[in-house]
Amino acid sequence: MSEFRMPSLGADMEAGTLVEWTKAPGDTVARGDIVAVVDTDKGAIEIEVFEPGTIERLLVEPGQKVPVGTALAIIRGANETPGAAAPAAVGAPAAPVRTRVSPAARKAAEQLHVDLAGVVGQGPGGAITVADVERAAAAGPPAPKTSTRAAGMRAAIGAAMARSKREIPHLYLSTTVDVTQPLAWLGLANQARPVTERLLPIVLFLKAVANAAVEVPAVNGTWNENGFVPGAGVHIGCAIALRDGGLVAPALHDVDKKSLGEAGRDLMDLVSRARAGSLRSSEMTDATITLTNLGDLGVDAAYAVIYPPQVAIVAIGRVVERPWVVAGRVEPRSVVTLSLSADHRAVDGRQAGAFLAAVERALQAPEAL
Amino acid sequence: MANGPTRRITYRDAMREAIREALTRDPRVFLMGEDVGRYGGAYAVSKGLLAEFGPERIRDTPLSESTFVGAGIGAALGGSRPIVEVMTVNFSLLALDQIVNTAATIRHMSGGQFSVPVVIRMATGAGRQLAAQHAHSLEGWLAHVPGLRIVEPATIEDARGMLWTALQDPDPVLIFEHQTLYNLEGDLPADAGPVDIDRAVVRRHGGDVTVITYGAMLYKSLAAAATLAADGVECEVIDLRTLRPLDMNTIFESVRRTRRVAIVDEGWRSGGLSAEIAARLAESAFYDLDAPIARVCSAEVPIPYPKHLEDAAVPQAAAIVDAVRALLPAPAPR
Amino acid sequence: MSTPPLERTHGQRLLREMIRIRRFEEACAEHYSAGHIRGFLHLYIGEEAVAVGVMQGLTPADAIVATYREHGHALARGIGADPLMAEMFGKQEGCSRGRGGSMHVFDAATRFYGGNAIVGGGLPLAVGLALSDQLLGRRRVTACFFGDGAVAEGEFHESMNLAALWKLPVLFVCENNLYAMGTRIERALSQTDLPAKARTYGMPTASADGMDVTAVEDAARSAAEQVRAGNGPFFLECRTYRFRAHSMFDAELYRDKAEVEEWKTRDPIALLKARLEQAGLLDARELTAIEDEVRGEIARAVAFADAGTWEPVEHLTQDVYTPAAQEANRG
Repeated sequence: MSEFRMPSLGADMEAGTLVEWTKAPGDTVARGDIVAVVDTDKGAIEIEVFEPGTIERLLVEPGQKVPVGTALAIIRGANETPGAAAPAAVGAPAAPVRTRVSPAARKAAEQLHVDLAGVVGQGPGGAITVADVERAAAAGPPAPKTSTRAAGMRAAIGAAMARSKREIPHLYLSTTVDVTQPLAWLGLANQARPVTERLLPIVLFLKAVANAAVEVPAVNGTWNENGFVPGAGVHIGCAIALRDGGLVAPALHDVDKKSLGEAGRDLMDLVSRARAGSLRSSEMTDATITLTNLGDLGVDAAYAVIYPPQVAIVAIGRVVERPWVVAGRVEPRSVVTLSLSADHRAVDGRQAGAFLAAVERALQAPEAL
Repeated sequence: MANGPTRRITYRDAMREAIREALTRDPRVFLMGEDVGRYGGAYAVSKGLLAEFGPERIRDTPLSESTFVGAGIGAALGGSRPIVEVMTVNFSLLALDQIVNTAATIRHMSGGQFSVPVVIRMATGAGRQLAAQHAHSLEGWLAHVPGLRIVEPATIEDARGMLWTALQDPDPVLIFEHQTLYNLEGDLPADAGPVDIDRAVVRRHGGDVTVITYGAMLYKSLAAAATLAADGVECEVIDLRTLRPLDMNTIFESVRRTRRVAIVDEGWRSGGLSAEIAARLAESAFYDLDAPIARVCSAEVPIPYPKHLEDAAVPQAAAIVDAVRALLPAPAPR
Repeated sequence: MSTPPLERTHGQRLLREMIRIRRFEEACAEHYSAGHIRGFLHLYIGEEAVAVGVMQGLTPADAIVATYREHGHALARGIGADPLMAEMFGKQEGCSRGRGGSMHVFDAATRFYGGNAIVGGGLPLAVGLALSDQLLGRRRVTACFFGDGAVAEGEFHESMNLAALWKLPVLFVCENNLYAMGTRIERALSQTDLPAKARTYGMPTASADGMDVTAVEDAARSAAEQVRAGNGPFFLECRTYRFRAHSMFDAELYRDKAEVEEWKTRDPIALLKARLEQAGLLDARELTAIEDEVRGEIARAVAFADAGTWEPVEHLTQDVYTPAAQEANRG
């Protein structure tokens, strides 16, 4: 399975409006086939598919405006069975598909200078209503989207990363996990969910990391001059790339206590607010462990640099099909490489290994997440 | 709510009192229609008036809707103040030509020389298992026609008070009386008199959703509002009272506050009065809306005879509750 | 086709048909009071001779258009008491699937086109049915029943004129029971000689004693014969009387009890019974057998209606339009 996403049709394109589907679920598509028409600031553009297969499901309806990178459809590969697995790509969670804004909310957003792209709709069917706009406005004014912001952010990241590599003795471990079964489980679970509440694979990893952090508390906390301070909760920093090139890793609070659905919803909210520049200060400072996902960039494995003062960061590579030995037989399986970078002052190899093993165990029992 | 002394009275008796008052106050007034005299009125509204006012002023007509409605129009043109009773709106279709092509046009096509101060009363609506030729709500059709004023009293006070005001109107006024309301009992202020027929009335105040309705649907809407209030959802219920001209200002004022609207209309959805109200909201209150406009209307089917199908065909409180809930944010998950 | 002389079999059949209607209507009144039948209910009691008599002159190919007081016509036409009573109860086993109720009896098998509850509304319908027969060269009669009340409606006059103008095969049967709901004929019509109205449209007419079933039968046979022969429409007045109120919701403030009692002395069932007995065509045992048989039939019809089922609510919007599959089979 693969996700067919809203393509970027130009450097200045942030979002496109789906005008029409030229293919329907069940249609076979070949590389280069036109599958949809998208309206952009430049006009209507026909978009093509790059992978052969069969249209499994359409995720976006004509008329919806969605950010670049948003999954538009699920395409089933030639040898895959319908609905058997979730999309394999674990992308950086795209902003959720959200184009429904009430007229009154649009007006309010204009008056309150709220960027609707960063507002989470809690109205009927996920629509953005006045209340949502007011909530977003109260959460803080959007940071101005200027290049100085990006430059400032870049400088801050640079300082933090330099300090991290200067001060923190990094310990790196990785493990490759067979995620065929959890992804299949997720695919089934998603069939029972409305499109707007579809869970992305990242949520499984998020919850697995949270549960493992409860099991191995040594990786969850901060390091200061007095030594290790256990985290007050499991607040996972989520590395989010911003559209203008910046990077933030705001905290998703108490992930261990959230259900999968709640974690998914709150992550969407966090991502969209991060991109709209309306994060809360607590989110910027509370993280106790960080998760970064570089799988959508096509890397097999990544070894990330710890965000000080945290003591650990987990990185996820791409989910990829590999020959894998299962019960003595070679089978094609979906596997992913997880890595842990830990602060060796706070975490030793044993704890680090136990943590990664706990993540794998949690992943293998997705129904318990 | 009345503050002074009140008395218990039915909608039917309030309507009869209004007719009696009009006959007493204005010698030009007379009542005419099928079985309004000896029989006592198909819905017993005019019971006893024949004995009181005599056959000159309480006139039984043959079954000839087109002609006696037309005659009412002519009598109004000639200086009388007729109250014409058509048994039900279903039969008024036989008189549609006179109402639409004569009553509604004379003022205009005579260049303003003549007015038609006729009042035409008729029963409307379903709810008594009278099946497909006696149970339709066609007032929305007539509200389509310029030159007519359409009112539908839903309360005892309006049943008592609208007729006199209608008789003072220099133009044709159609009064629709929902047949399930005749037995409605209520407290009428002792000093009840004429009421205006220009404005809608807010029958229940609330800040969450505006429910727009009229006639017998008012009571179903209020029942739905009570159910919703138990969940903390406060409906503002507007009784239109006058279907033409529509008092949009009252609606706009409410919608500006609630930003959500459900229209409850016993007429059919397609091309009905609810469609007109929704269109006007879309035209003039678009930026006040925080949710799509909801409509609860009758199923697109002639009204069936069996009770369970009749109930399913016309709007019920539960459907109104559902329609309102759909306009609100989903409750936070536990 | 002339009327056969009153003989045992035919005479007893006429009597049985009238008794069936009488008992059916009595059962309707009872079940209305019990709440099993709702809405409006207009009973045919007192007028049985009209429906039974007129049906004698019609063939199965002919069509019937009736009013909202049509139970008698339905039974006399051959619609079973079971589906008819089920219709009263609103059950889906009813002849109109329960959707029409008392005022809207329809039955394709017997060409019974309602059950029309708008006064005068059936007349143009009958004119049109007859027009299609004429166009298609079918020698069929459309019998249209209506009351004296309908004579005041514009549709009556327009229909009479068109039927006569185009020589259409309609048998207009006016059931003159003297009251349009609560308005006596003299208060509603300047000209109460109803055949005279029809004659102004150039139509042959007859007037029959609607309390005498054989008089109605004679008149109807000869009228239907003329219509069937292609001589254009015919207007038959049957002077009758309803013994009960206009509907169940009628306090009868407009007529005299004495008048009702006087008409009851001309009860069509009692009249025929007496004639048959005097002619030696009916004995007590036969009468008891008829009464028992009818009682059983009506009891079975009530049981059938009672055991009937409600149409599922999911069917509510069915048959607002014709399904495409049915469209192909229309004719």
